[in-house]
Amino acid sequence: MQISAPSFSWKEAVRVGVLGGAIAILISLVGMVAAFGERYIVYGWFSMGQVLFLAPILFMVSLTLRREKASTSSKTVLHSLLAGAVGGVMLAVLVLLGQVINLRAVLVNASPRLYGMLTFNQGLPAGPFVLIAVTALLGAVAGAYHLLPPRWQRTLSQAVIWLILTGLMRDLIMNIVVRWRLVGELFKTVLFASSGLQPIGAIVLLLLIGGLVYWRSGQPAGRGFSLKNQPPTIRWASIAGIVLIFLTLPQILGVYFSEILDNVMMYILMGLGLNIVVGFAGLLDLGYVAFFAIGAYTMGVLTSPELRAEPLTYWQALPFALVISFISGLILGLPVLKLRGDYLAIVTLGFGEIVRLLVLSDWLRPWLGGTQGIQLIAQPRIGSMVLNTQEELYYLFLLGVGIILFIAIRLKDSRLGRAWMALREDEDVAMAMGINHVVVKLLAFATGAVFSGLAGTIFAAKLTSVYPHSMNFLVSINVLALLILGGMGSIPGAFVGALVLIGAPELLREFAEFRYLVYGALLVTMMVTRPEGLWPEERRRLELHEAEEELKGAEPVPAS
Amino acid sequence: MAILVSKKVTKRFGGLEALSKIDLEVREQSIHSIIGPNGAGKTTFFNCVTGFYTPEEGEILFNGRNITGLSPDRVTHLGISRTYQNIRLFKNMTAVENILVGMHPHLKAGLIGSVIRPSWVVKEEREALEEAKHLLRFVGLQGRGDMLAKNLPYGEQRRLEIARALASRPKLLLLDEPTAGMNPSETQDMINFIRRLRDELGITILLIEHQMRVVMNISELITVLDFGQKIAEGTPLEIQRNERVIEAYLGRGAASGLGQVHASPAAR
Amino acid sequence: MLRMWRQRVTLTDLVIWGLGILILVGVVWGSIQTLRLGKYTLAIWYDLIITGLALGGVYALIALGYTLVYGILRMINFAHSEIFMSGAFTATFAADALYQAGWWNSYPVLSLLIVLLVAATVSATIAFSVERIAYRPLRYAPRLVPLITAIGTSFFLQYTFRGLYGSGQKGYPDMDIFQGAIVFGDVRILKTQLVAIVGAVIMMVILFSIVQYTKIGKAMRSVSEDKETAALMGIDVDRIISTTFLLGGISAGVAGILFLILFPVAHFFMGFVPGLKAFTSAVLGGIGNVPGAFLGGVLLGLLESVGPSLFLDGLGIPAPYQLKDAIAFTILVFILIFRPTGILGERMAQTKL
Repeated sequence: MQISAPSFSWKEAVRVGVLGGAIAILISLVGMVAAFGERYIVYGWFSMGQVLFLAPILFMVSLTLRREKASTSSKTVLHSLLAGAVGGVMLAVLVLLGQVINLRAVLVNASPRLYGMLTFNQGLPAGPFVLIAVTALLGAVAGAYHLLPPRWQRTLSQAVIWLILTGLMRDLIMNIVVRWRLVGELFKTVLFASSGLQPIGAIVLLLLIGGLVYWRSGQPAGRGFSLKNQPPTIRWASIAGIVLIFLTLPQILGVYFSEILDNVMMYILMGLGLNIVVGFAGLLDLGYVAFFAIGAYTMGVLTSPELRAEPLTYWQALPFALVISFISGLILGLPVLKLRGDYLAIVTLGFGEIVRLLVLSDWLRPWLGGTQGIQLIAQPRIGSMVLNTQEELYYLFLLGVGIILFIAIRLKDSRLGRAWMALREDEDVAMAMGINHVVVKLLAFATGAVFSGLAGTIFAAKLTSVYPHSMNFLVSINVLALLILGGMGSIPGAFVGALVLIGAPELLREFAEFRYLVYGALLVTMMVTRPEGLWPEERRRLELHEAEEELKGAEPVPAS
Repeated sequence: MAILVSKKVTKRFGGLEALSKIDLEVREQSIHSIIGPNGAGKTTFFNCVTGFYTPEEGEILFNGRNITGLSPDRVTHLGISRTYQNIRLFKNMTAVENILVGMHPHLKAGLIGSVIRPSWVVKEEREALEEAKHLLRFVGLQGRGDMLAKNLPYGEQRRLEIARALASRPKLLLLDEPTAGMNPSETQDMINFIRRLRDELGITILLIEHQMRVVMNISELITVLDFGQKIAEGTPLEIQRNERVIEAYLGRGAASGLGQVHASPAAR
Repeated sequence: MLRMWRQRVTLTDLVIWGLGILILVGVVWGSIQTLRLGKYTLAIWYDLIITGLALGGVYALIALGYTLVYGILRMINFAHSEIFMSGAFTATFAADALYQAGWWNSYPVLSLLIVLLVAATVSATIAFSVERIAYRPLRYAPRLVPLITAIGTSFFLQYTFRGLYGSGQKGYPDMDIFQGAIVFGDVRILKTQLVAIVGAVIMMVILFSIVQYTKIGKAMRSVSEDKETAALMGIDVDRIISTTFLLGGISAGVAGILFLILFPVAHFFMGFVPGLKAFTSAVLGGIGNVPGAFLGGVLLGLLESVGPSLFLDGLGIPAPYQLKDAIAFTILVFILIFRPTGILGERMAQTKL
């Protein structure tokens, strides 16, 4: 979408309003607004649903305003007001249209509930006008916001964002603080309602965060806190603190949130693995779930008494599972080596589907259980203790993530890691550097496969069963999306991506239905606007030189 | 004493003969140039030597060993290294990393070694880093090592590409238009630099070059290609007087090429 | 020649060829077994072939969208399967409304035209918008970037339509005039299958003529050869690319209706598998090549329909029809590995280096 206008004209205002309104209508009609209707940010005042249809209008207005730096007149406010109003009118038209004809026959989410939410439950004659008034007002606010000095802008925007986030994370925060009775009571009575924040709490929070941000942005720009700059005692203490937090996390969070954490970590495992294949070596593997399935099924076949007279234990079966994952990485890697990037993606996708179809088929049913899957898979034991609760399995995942993280970091800055990156950057030249692309690519595939296989074995142990339908293409897409959000090739990016994309949907149950819609939109937006991800890959400094920033002289113009 | 011998090498693309029966001998520790108009087959010849193309006929010997049809990575292992006409660095890697990739053939750490990192790997990496820094200094890029290759200025990218090629400790270095896009003083630096490569490191140099001034200045032997055929070979002086060469260049209105040839040695 | 062979053939090649030969032997052995045992009568074979042809026609029409876009942008438009779905899914509602109004069987031709129009319009609009919003900003990005975008678009569309129309299945009403079958001797063709085959052929001929003989088609071909040169010659490259997406969208919309006539149920996920198979068809015939798409589609339809009975049954695999998709994907994998230029050849082979 190219919006380029010299100044924010009336025509442009209408255009922006229409665009924002269109997005808002789409969000309303796919059902997101109604689904988040009960998820209050400030209890009784406004819910996430309302945020969802107001935000696009607001976003479009401020996006356009940001593009024209010059406008500082009161006209800006007026134009933004118009843009907001136009967006509101579009939504109002939807509401009115819904009264006249039965949109619901086709659009399942065009429900009275949606209309109620859009009109702030103000009934028919008044409702649409309230809606338009609100959007117009918000538009004007966006215009006025644009005229504020940067310090105030930052204060305002951060306060609002944190307010929304705190409101959304209510359950998680309450679940933690409830352990300390006094704090818990305080939070319960002042800050939080049964859903979202109390109005008073919201105001307190807004002032608190606003004040903090305002104060901090007044401070001289200090260096960010970095462990490397601290004296050794503080450094070790911080590291010990972080480790301690990770070790006690299940106790702090409880069963429900531990399970969420387990899922996040499972995807971190897969993310770190796919990061080697896609991020380091640049091989887009869309059938990554196949290795997850192979790991899980190997565990199932070897440890389930359904399929074997003498089942192995988890720990006995683990090496087999990993080796089989490794070998299948080699086998599936071999044929695709010669393919170009986009064909490789499709072939791996094909592989993933073939594996799933074979597992599902009656043909392999005697060995793999067909549609019924495999039950009674062994759970790992340590001594006499069986790891079978979510909290206990957390430690298994933590151990897995720890080991895999170590391997991933080591590989990244090694001869092999450099060879992968060279292949990603320019395959022909990498070969001319003496890199055997067959061996190096296969190692990438196989290493990624082992990581995914490991995730699969823990997954199987966690559920004590595996089913073919949990091994579908969507798993591959989850992993790919989290990598792209975090930043391809970036190890911390895999953590960030998994936390946001796997953690958030589980915290907000309403989100589950729209998960892939958001993922899809996210993939497109990230590729168009920020292909390097939220936490881009960083190159290690090897020469350790200070004065590298200033470039000596200008770039010489190539002579013809 | 020839380090590289090409015997009747022929490469076709569809019906087009990009190289036809090219005979060439590059003497050890010499600076040998290949010149010719655009599309004469110079880069194609490089691609045949380095294993990117397999010639349809003929063979290429390196130190007496037949390397025809070997894959590029194996050719590099044997001691041939190259640069590219349009600089092809690993753009999103730092300068040092680019050089470290170049050292790939004589490092040994594999998958297990990289993960476990036993003392020999640590030592190997440390030495590789030292050597990389040394190479950076050698090409005059000290202090630039941690910059991403794509952020380096043009001239430095050229030098980094050569440093990367040197990192594999080649016996024969193929340079594809090393002075392309350089101004006269940078060009002179490059000429001196190429001489140093040969004199200090004892590397044999085979280069493709368009600027006649450079070619005549630096080469000990020149091979002229035109339409995939070798039309002349000799010392700079011989080439300047060669009728066919002059015709090949003048015939295409590229008089500027040889015009400079006569002018520049006199000017020096 | 022999020397070069020995030096160029690597372990990788051996493994790949080994796998290929293994599968080929399996196919031949299975076929022989099936035919020897005579499990199926000739009439059943005819039936399978007709089914395959009808299916193949639909695949071919969808494949056209992949091929046109690939030909012009060198990009796999992964979202094309959702462009197909969007038209078909939307058209079901139109069909239902017409059925409720009683037009469906009293004015069948008009109804069909309306439904086709709805499907083609929706598909074309979506295709056009996707190109404008998601692909155009990335036209010169590295190859994987638009592919990831396309995957994202695919999911976005799938789940948007799920949100809009619901996650349930929506039936497409049968038309009385398409009931029954026509019999030629031993061969019995369902009228629905006949409609699919004839419709696909007509549509292919129209599109082929557009690409081959019209001014727009010429412009498309020149953009496909070289965008810069085409632009220099005064061709509006952006417009031509948009037109390509529109054409692909229209054919996907028509394919959607033909698909519904064969399998009268629509849902938000209906695009994925046919889309992947249509892509296989495009590659099989030679991606970027319009007649190739047709050939590939028909071949794939036949293999998928006849294959399970022909060679899987003979190998003693129970319930071979469960694996018909696996056959298609195996073909996809192997054609990309062994002959990525397809049967008729990619019109413009990529050169390395």
